[in-house]
Amino acid sequence: MADVTASDGTLRRFLHGLPGVDPVGLEARAAALGTRSIKTTAKAYAIDLAISMIDLTTLEGADTPGKVRALCAKALNPDPTDRTTPRTAAICVYPDMVATAAESLAGSDVKVASVATAFPAGRAALPVKLADTADAVAAGADEIDMVIDRGAFLAGRYLDVFEEIKAVKDACRRPDGSAARLKVIFETGELSTYDNIRRASWLGMLAGADFIKTSTGKVAVNATPANTLLMLEAVRDFRAATGVQVGVKPAGGIRTTKDAIKFLVLVNETVGEEWLTNQWFRFGASSLLNDLLMQRQKLSTGRYSGPDYVTVD
Amino acid sequence: MAFEYAPAPESRAVVDIAPSYGLFIDGEFVESSGGGLDKTVSPATEEVLAEYTRATAEDVDRAVRAARKAFEKWSALPGSERAKYLFRIARIIQERSRELAVLETLDNGKPIKETRDADLPLVAAHFVYYAGWADKLEHAGFGPDPKPLGVAGQVIPWNFPLLMLAWKIAPALAAGNTVVLKPAETTPLSALFFADICRQAGLPKGVVNILTGDGSTGAALVAHDGIDKVAFTGSTAVGKQIARTVAGTRKKLTLELGGKGANIVFDDAPIDQAVEGIVNGIFFNQGQVCCAGSRLLVQESVQDELLDALKRRMSTLRVGDPLDKNTDVGAINSAEQLARITELADSGTAEGAERWAPSCELPSQGYWFAPTLFTNVTQAHRIAREEIFGPVLSVLTFRTPAEAVAKANNSQYGLSAGIWTEKGSRMLAVADKLRAGVVWANTFNKFDPTSPFGGFKESGFGREGGRHGLEAYLDV
Amino acid sequence: MSERLSVFKTYKLFIGGKFPRSESGRVYEVTAATSAADAAGKGNWLANAPLSSRKDGRDAVVAARKAFGAWSGATAYNRGQILYRVAEMLEGRREQFAAEVADAEGLSKAKAAAQVDAAIDRWVWYAGWTDKIAQIAGGTNPVAGPFFNVSSPAPTGVVALVAPGESSFLGLVSVIAPAIAAGNTVVVVASEKAPLPALSLGEVLATSDLPGGVVNILSGRAAEIAPSLAAHQDVNAIDLAGADAELAKELETAAADNLKRVLRPQPVDWSAAPGTGRLLAFLETKTVWHPTGSLGAGGSSY
Repeated sequence: MADVTASDGTLRRFLHGLPGVDPVGLEARAAALGTRSIKTTAKAYAIDLAISMIDLTTLEGADTPGKVRALCAKALNPDPTDRTTPRTAAICVYPDMVATAAESLAGSDVKVASVATAFPAGRAALPVKLADTADAVAAGADEIDMVIDRGAFLAGRYLDVFEEIKAVKDACRRPDGSAARLKVIFETGELSTYDNIRRASWLGMLAGADFIKTSTGKVAVNATPANTLLMLEAVRDFRAATGVQVGVKPAGGIRTTKDAIKFLVLVNETVGEEWLTNQWFRFGASSLLNDLLMQRQKLSTGRYSGPDYVTVD
Repeated sequence: MAFEYAPAPESRAVVDIAPSYGLFIDGEFVESSGGGLDKTVSPATEEVLAEYTRATAEDVDRAVRAARKAFEKWSALPGSERAKYLFRIARIIQERSRELAVLETLDNGKPIKETRDADLPLVAAHFVYYAGWADKLEHAGFGPDPKPLGVAGQVIPWNFPLLMLAWKIAPALAAGNTVVLKPAETTPLSALFFADICRQAGLPKGVVNILTGDGSTGAALVAHDGIDKVAFTGSTAVGKQIARTVAGTRKKLTLELGGKGANIVFDDAPIDQAVEGIVNGIFFNQGQVCCAGSRLLVQESVQDELLDALKRRMSTLRVGDPLDKNTDVGAINSAEQLARITELADSGTAEGAERWAPSCELPSQGYWFAPTLFTNVTQAHRIAREEIFGPVLSVLTFRTPAEAVAKANNSQYGLSAGIWTEKGSRMLAVADKLRAGVVWANTFNKFDPTSPFGGFKESGFGREGGRHGLEAYLDV
Repeated sequence: MSERLSVFKTYKLFIGGKFPRSESGRVYEVTAATSAADAAGKGNWLANAPLSSRKDGRDAVVAARKAFGAWSGATAYNRGQILYRVAEMLEGRREQFAAEVADAEGLSKAKAAAQVDAAIDRWVWYAGWTDKIAQIAGGTNPVAGPFFNVSSPAPTGVVALVAPGESSFLGLVSVIAPAIAAGNTVVVVASEKAPLPALSLGEVLATSDLPGGVVNILSGRAAEIAPSLAAHQDVNAIDLAGADAELAKELETAAADNLKRVLRPQPVDWSAAPGTGRLLAFLETKTVWHPTGSLGAGGSSY
């Protein structure tokens, strides 16, 4: 599909030629899948799967190495009372915390993800964004969560957005030839329409995204079942068109087990089991983990747990 | 799928079905004057749920007389008082909706997901809506002081038992009529439970009478001299018979009959939503819907893409135990209906259409038919012309909007149609030309009490729902 | 045994779903009417009602505006269910309101109860209108051209209501219910001499699933509060039901500043069937055009 990105004009024509999205129908489908009733063995499976898909996140101005180390400990050992609990997929931090996280997680399979490119607004010059990215990769990040330039996207400068993603993708390369996986955040709440989200998804995937991600968690509307369903349809169609598989990461606002399971149902019934692994699906979340742990305890003991029985990190 | 959903059955314990039911006449359950008992079974398991009474002509007469007697006072009540009765009924239905949903699923075979999320909310909403009209009839556009007709004889089908009851009873009562209603022989239970709701609401005796039975009971009701109005929902063949029966009488008639709805997909359609709409259009309620989108008309330029997506989507449909909350497609309502679907589907194969169904394991007990798709269908095929009333979709193609309209309208029926396009002017132009009573654009199978429903041509006449639905029950 | 000493209720305003005292800290004495003709209320002390200030009015408008988006955007069915819920909740407090109305208007218990019953039924009447008003006030228009053309009513916005002075409850309900049934949000200035049924109605509305801010109720002097509501640039309409001729003229004049829709005071028999006047008074008509066109470039006229 290289010809699609040959010029601003071809890229625009391609993106505007994607099938439209009827918002009522999309939301109705997402809501209908939300009524699936996941019980007993299915619930146990879903809870462990969800835990293993979490990018356990701290993105606060007040973050310190101590806070990050505590979170890493949580990722490695989410429930100290039950060692069968799976580990989370990754820790997600700001670039200056990557070294601390990498050190804490050394030798484990828990990845270090770093936001970059002047997260969350993305309002910085390209060299700054690239330096931000390279710095995180050099410090040991396995994965980079970049933000797109929503201003450029909304102004219709699609090729600029495309080139920027490609440049960041290049900045993810390590000297040994390997590369950090790139997650591209659209900030769907700012893109505002589903047609825009579908276009951004294709734009991101054409530019080389390994994952497409809904949101930063820093705006009013973050991950929703509908926008995640739409992005799942996009990765499904992109693979059918190109053979390339891309992951999906809803982030922000997913706080309960019930919510998380709804997203897993969306994955299951839209793209199927090939995406039902933390290689291809992630949750960007923080408080979700403890709710999953409490539900997990409920399933194993038969009684409802409480916040005093999971760790505060 | 690696993510297998464990069984999630809705509890049957919320419903208490009696072993046997009489007839609900003049406010109480009574025995028949001599009619025998029939059994109603769960189509999903063939388990006998209860016995019910086959009302005789004499029972019909008794019920009509009770309704006539009740009419005097009921029609004389201030509209605001009738409104409050109907609001009470609506609220009790809302309160008992889970019980009624389970009951309906047991007796009909449709998934609990549908009875819970579609049938029951619509039933309650229908009573709410017409409750509001009861004291506003002079505002409905039928003159300053519109009068009720009298006693309405109502015969309803088995595909939406309680919803069709609501469509019949709510406007009739709001307008000041009294009713004798006959539910379908394979799904009598929810109507009998409705009788209990009338009791809880304190509805005056004789305003609602429920007679169970078969076609002969319905025929006796329609032919009875004491009724002023006939309302029927069911097959076109029976509808024509009823039209003959009431010919030359004063009885006002409304008929809501069969359909062969065209679902037209243009190349600029929102494709993922169109696929959902097609699936909803034909597999909702196992396709046993008079307004089902049973003919898919797809523009040739997107045919392959659409059919791939449709087949992929059909493969995720979960067919099985209707009481499981994750079931998408339940049981066919009866052995008789299953035989009819099977016969028509086989004709499709015999006439040269290409049959496809996702692999799905059907239960060994009960009446089941896998979601099925026919491609290479032409206008000449029986499966393109006859109403199958099952989960069978016939796919035809077109090249231009004019051809789509021509094919869509090339039917004895004219109940429903669907249009999928992102272009508003095309949607409106096509809608304008379709000879169908309900046209859905970028959606399908949407129902609302405020929205009139009914057909053109042999799909019947009269409208149910909305302000228009009052006309059927007023002397105008 | 000594007779049990009753607990008095502190009557408060109803703003944004909460029950504040007046920000001014003021109250005024509310006394019972000794007969239906006793306009002054020469009977016993009943309660100290909040004497609302202009700032309370301002707060109420802010609350009403905040609630408008969700309330006007709710389905007509949902609004109808909530209005019916008000009737259900009122039915359970029928005795309380009958007593308050008897005191407020100097009526016998039976007559007061009849007023309350009529008020409950009025909520039911308007509950039924929410999903019907568009069907009688809107419709398609057969314009002479290839266009689909449909007119539908839309709520005006924030409506200030000067409640009837005499009919403290039935009159009050008769002005609130149609305005909110149509999708507006309201700021009500209760009957000055008989505000207690209105303040108690707030307690019913707060427990009827009605979103906070849809109805805001102020007690006090209409002549003090209403002029600033009439002049308020974020109020879209005003119902002058309870204003005397002099005040009505002042308010209508002030309302002209941002061209508020004005419903002038008129003699109303509050116990009679209300018709659709008050529903239509606070609705705008919106007409949408959309091309239809022919089926193909070839001009097919199938």
